[in-house]
Amino acid sequence: MIHIFANYGGTLLYGLGQTLLCSVLALIFSLILGTLFALLEESPSKFARGVARVYIEIFRNIPLLVITMFFYVVFPLYVVKMNGFTAGTIGLTLYTSAFIAETVRAGIQSVDPGQMEGARANGLSFWQAMRFIILPQAFRYVIPPLGNQFVNLVKNSSTLAFVGGFDLMYQGNVIASSSLETIAAYSAVGVLYLVITMPISYYMRYLEKRLA
Amino acid sequence: MLQNFIDAYSPDNLRYLFGGLGITILVSVVSIIGSFIIGSILGIIRYVKIKYFSAIVGFIIDIIRNLPLILILFFTYFGLPNLGVKPEIIPAAILAMTIFESTMLAEIVRSGIQAVDPGQMEGARANGLTYWQGLWHIVLPQAMVKMIPAIVSQFISLVKDTSLATIILLPEMLYRSQIIYGQNTNYIIPMFVAIALMYFVVCYCLSVLARYLEKRQA
Repeated sequence: MIHIFANYGGTLLYGLGQTLLCSVLALIFSLILGTLFALLEESPSKFARGVARVYIEIFRNIPLLVITMFFYVVFPLYVVKMNGFTAGTIGLTLYTSAFIAETVRAGIQSVDPGQMEGARANGLSFWQAMRFIILPQAFRYVIPPLGNQFVNLVKNSSTLAFVGGFDLMYQGNVIASSSLETIAAYSAVGVLYLVITMPISYYMRYLEKRLA
Repeated sequence: MLQNFIDAYSPDNLRYLFGGLGITILVSVVSIIGSFIIGSILGIIRYVKIKYFSAIVGFIIDIIRNLPLILILFFTYFGLPNLGVKPEIIPAAILAMTIFESTMLAEIVRSGIQAVDPGQMEGARANGLTYWQGLWHIVLPQAMVKMIPAIVSQFISLVKDTSLATIILLPEMLYRSQIIYGQNTNYIIPMFVAIALMYFVVCYCLSVLARYLEKRQA
């Protein structure tokens, strides 16, 4: 395995960079989208709740790979050309945002309803109360599950390998087929994934224990 | 456009796609049963803290949990032949799914057991049950009730994750849809609609079940 790192270090590092870039971009966008849809689900408007529900159910119940392939195969035909990295990141963002919406919503619901009543009684509008009173308290609860979502995101970013996204998994395949040392190549890739995911998931477990 | 849909959903194509659904369900069901049994055992091992053994098992679980499933699929399908075992595609997919999902379930089982009030175990011991009797008759049944929603949502992920096995050419829905639209590009949208719907129906039914169980428990 060590000689894989020695011979293909540059390729692996490039793949690691793409994986990290894709994961961080998808995390940022899916946090924005997910929070937005969580707020819509908690909003007083019935229509907004319906829209959010449909969005979340669709992207939660369709495999990530189908979503990604949709952007890779269908979009270029009818809408706009995009490379594998873009298609993969968009797919990952939409898929993860549905899970983040559920997480954030659970966080909002775990805040004492008296907080909202108090805020409204003090003259804040619904959205002001959400923004200044509820969300800041909710985010404390949702940090551990969000961290676990990020671990899932890093793992799921390996679907980029299907669409030529030049991520870690893709480079692993290239190395495995050119060096013919399948196990060593995949082990090297595995170690690099673990370097990202293990510390996060251990830290989140620690946070969970401390919050409980 | 409509004509494309009508052509794409010819009886032959539909039969081929539903055959793919059958393989998806076969792989899912076998992996669900396997990973439920292995995951429960691993979760209990991790909970009971047998000296060294539990720590080692826990560490291995954490390693597998934090790897992408695709990598584990590659290990079983392309890696095992290097060690002298050459699995067929379907057993290789089932093996990879079972290994991966049982580590996920082990975590759910462990946290489910930990969520049971420790007083339950103390009470059981005080009433003369052994540790294992207390675990089996008192703690586990209560933990199981708490865990069911999380377990069902894990099974939903499992069903969705079977689509990743297209990378080792498992002939399930997604793979078969690619073969169909590979012959005629007009079929691309109808095929995506069809498989998205099929996955959605299967997973949505499971998530309705999960929500029902969650409500009944609360």
